[in-house]
Amino acid sequence: MITAKTIVCDGNEAAAWGAVLSRPDMVAVYPITPQSSLAEYLSQFIADGILDAELLDVEGEHSVLSVLHGAALAGARTYTATCGQGLAFMFEPYFRTPPLRLPIVTSLVTRDGITPQCVWGGQQDAMTVKDVGWVHMYCETVQEVLDTLIMAYRIAEHRQVMLPVNVNHDGNYLSYGVCRMELPGQAEVDAFLGPKDINWHVALDPDRPMAVDPLTGGAGGPGPALFVSYRKGLCDGMQHALRVIEEVHDEWALRFGRRWAPLVEEYKLDDADFAIVTIGSMTGAAKDAVDQARARGERVGLIKVKTFRPFPIEAMVRAVSKVEALGVVDRAVSFGWNSGPLHQEVLGALYYGRRPIPAISFIGGLAGADLTVGHFRRVIEQTAAARWTGPGQAPIWLNEND
Amino acid sequence: MTIKQSRPPFDASTIPGGLCPIATHLTTMLPGDWRAERPIVDRDSCVKCATCWMYCPVQCITEHAAWFEADLRVCKGCGICATECPHRAIVMLEETK
Repeated sequence: MITAKTIVCDGNEAAAWGAVLSRPDMVAVYPITPQSSLAEYLSQFIADGILDAELLDVEGEHSVLSVLHGAALAGARTYTATCGQGLAFMFEPYFRTPPLRLPIVTSLVTRDGITPQCVWGGQQDAMTVKDVGWVHMYCETVQEVLDTLIMAYRIAEHRQVMLPVNVNHDGNYLSYGVCRMELPGQAEVDAFLGPKDINWHVALDPDRPMAVDPLTGGAGGPGPALFVSYRKGLCDGMQHALRVIEEVHDEWALRFGRRWAPLVEEYKLDDADFAIVTIGSMTGAAKDAVDQARARGERVGLIKVKTFRPFPIEAMVRAVSKVEALGVVDRAVSFGWNSGPLHQEVLGALYYGRRPIPAISFIGGLAGADLTVGHFRRVIEQTAAARWTGPGQAPIWLNEND
Repeated sequence: MTIKQSRPPFDASTIPGGLCPIATHLTTMLPGDWRAERPIVDRDSCVKCATCWMYCPVQCITEHAAWFEADLRVCKGCGICATECPHRAIVMLEETK
């Protein structure tokens, strides 16, 4: 039995410990950089008897998620992790997981998309699959990776959610960044998670014979209305998730003493004139840059997005209503908008909140490039200036002249 | 026409509608429902070699005294039997209403 202790580890080991403490019945993983050491930690934990789970060594990510579908339909708690091209190869079953309402938890150790050939961090992979119905939560620190992974099971398995959850941590920066971490005890995690209840609604079970995912839709009979009811049901599950994510984070804080902003974190925002918007591990350097600007007398704040899907519109509208200009920093590219994906979400929130303020798109940290305090100093300077000049039409590429 | 399961083992109505696609009732619609062409067997040419029986993908070929023919409730009209018949004993005839 694991007892609470302090350890030193990287984000991949933190995710593996989160999986161990959540007691999945079945784990399937296929190694891919920068997730590979996570797969190795899990295999070692199972070999050492620390995690009592079936480990499936299958031939690729498509099979990884497909076997976990079968396991979840049979009532198992399941876990996997992937990224980049592995996630691309997983997409066919990935796309089917939310409408089957299978509460599978998967770490995305985010990696930039190829081509050009690269093996380093970036959020292009996760941002590319943002709109098929998985919950996406982005972590800032190694400790948050572990805590969020365990919370993800409570969120996924909530009866009003019943959706798969991606817990995303930045490749390289979090996957290999080593630091102190508080490991909770197994008994405390068991009490937090409660008994699992995976396949009460859809099952492969001889005692409850049913056809899973029969042909549905078409232009006649009950098809159109039935298909719409499933689509609306999935949208409802996503909206319920916003409330459940907040409740679960509150309970985590009460039980374990660590409070993470569940949807959107506001940092030094209340008296700010303008703010920068961040997501993931870049936020550490961004907060340092905000502190330095504050020391110079600039009234700048920071808005960090943790829950990206479902998008926390109300929380974001509350945050952006406090400032006069925004600089949104993406670690991925929206090729369709010549902008960053988070930037587009923020523009949507500004319209929803009736706040047509300047919002600049900054793109940086692609393919492992560093996002430093210096880069964020430029973001702060240019966002401050945008209050008077308005935003330009093109994104600002932060590593263009590095 | 739908048939209730012979032994309802759980109450499907406890699962919220619109959650995920499952079916707990058996529908008895057979492939013959959407057939566009039907196989006609020339009983004089048929030698009961069973080639059609082996090739039929929905296994609808039935045996009679001196010939084989398709069970039209099940036959979906694919025409494989007509193509494979070594005695050219089967022709496909368009269905008309």
